[in-house]
Amino acid sequence: MRQHLATLLVFAALIAAWQLLYLIAGDVALASPVATVRRMVEMLQTRSFWDNARETGYAFLCALALALAGGVGLGVALGLRRLAAVVAEPILITLYSIPKVTLYPLVLLTFGLGISAKVAFGVMHGLIPIAIFAMNAIRQMKPVYLRSSRVLRLTSLQTATSIVLPAILPELLSGVRIGFSLTLLGVLIGEMFASRHGLGFLITNAMGLGDMATIMAVALFLTAFALVANGMFSSLNRMTHR
Amino acid sequence: MTSAGWIRTAVVVAFVGVVELLCRTGLIPNTVLIPPSEMARELVSILEGGEMTGDIAATFRNAVLATVIAVAIGFAVGIVIQAMPALRRSVEPLLASYYSVPTFIFYPVFIVLFGVGDRAIIAIAVLLAVVAMITATLNGIDRIPPVLKKTARIYRMSRVRTALLVELPAAAPYLFTGVKLSVAYAFIGVIASEFILSGSGLGYEIAYAYNNFENRKMYALMLLVLLSVALINSVLDVIDNRLQSRLRR
Repeated sequence: MRQHLATLLVFAALIAAWQLLYLIAGDVALASPVATVRRMVEMLQTRSFWDNARETGYAFLCALALALAGGVGLGVALGLRRLAAVVAEPILITLYSIPKVTLYPLVLLTFGLGISAKVAFGVMHGLIPIAIFAMNAIRQMKPVYLRSSRVLRLTSLQTATSIVLPAILPELLSGVRIGFSLTLLGVLIGEMFASRHGLGFLITNAMGLGDMATIMAVALFLTAFALVANGMFSSLNRMTHR
Repeated sequence: MTSAGWIRTAVVVAFVGVVELLCRTGLIPNTVLIPPSEMARELVSILEGGEMTGDIAATFRNAVLATVIAVAIGFAVGIVIQAMPALRRSVEPLLASYYSVPTFIFYPVFIVLFGVGDRAIIAIAVLLAVVAMITATLNGIDRIPPVLKKTARIYRMSRVRTALLVELPAAAPYLFTGVKLSVAYAFIGVIASEFILSGSGLGYEIAYAYNNFENRKMYALMLLVLLSVALINSVLDVIDNRLQSRLRR
């Protein structure tokens, strides 16, 4: 009960801060909480919003699936060989900290305008953190697990699926959680630059028109979505920690 | 250099070599990617020409400022949140979902608050970097072994002395992870804001070159960003390894 009260207070404080900022900065800079919620409710009833949301959702799911498969595959493959992991880690971390927006021209030149560029951009953001988490989780795994797999003469594939993946599941979930957020961010940024559809395009379009209420409403929608997804990850996490 | 270091260098060199070869043979058309050697040559001539020194300096200055501010604020906020468990449980989901909202859509807010220019860019970079530092601070304080705190109590150390002599050194490796992430995010924040919104800086120059089909210049500047990030990371890595080895001692 106290916890709910605290959560409520945090949200109240955030909304109060938002309102205060609105009073200081005014209409040009942002929309008030009330106006944003009103705009969001209005928007949720239009078909075009859901068309855009579906477009983003589809690109996001494609990107997430690729980032997951690639990230887990790469992380496990590198993590199982000690030397490979030591060699690869700084490279991966450098790739992770590159401002990927600057690579956008390269992505566009390679994939052209359209959904594949968005997906590629999402994967670029999401794959590496998942790989880093998976790799480090394997390196910190108890050595006895791998020894027992050798005793049982499991093939590398069997080792990966029946020993390594279950053992690193909790850490992997933390990686996927970050990868999830960053993939979404990547897809949105992709849409902001080079798309005529999707929520990212909705934001850039509103930016051009100076329509702050729409920008904030989309941001609020995305935040709500991210919070719900995050809640799901938390309960998954509790299940794996049993 | 360690053997892993040599292998790493070899991997990077081989990768660059393959890209070079693919570009030279025309398998990757020159309109898409220019050979790395060309990028390097162009970069050297840009740096020697000095026409971009101002932009480059501005970008780095903003990134450094943003990192310092983000680390200071993130550390302070982390300590406050840590001190109130109920608050912490409510805030943590927000922190975890924070990175999925594109921060720079709040650029108009900062323009009104700080005016057009460097300060708005720094504000966005801080906004991006600060959460990583908060999370790392929370984690760092969690990881202080209870026995250290007990020892401090046995020696009847004052609260301030406990914090400075026991807790801070014990949490340092985790705090440094936060600093590392803050540097990366501050850099990303500054360059991304310049790329999308501003009229100066390294990010802007890349966007400008792209819009004018100046591929050579664009790739040269991308190479500069890549090299800078790699260099900064390896320096931070050396410090990080020292701190981490203290943990295992």
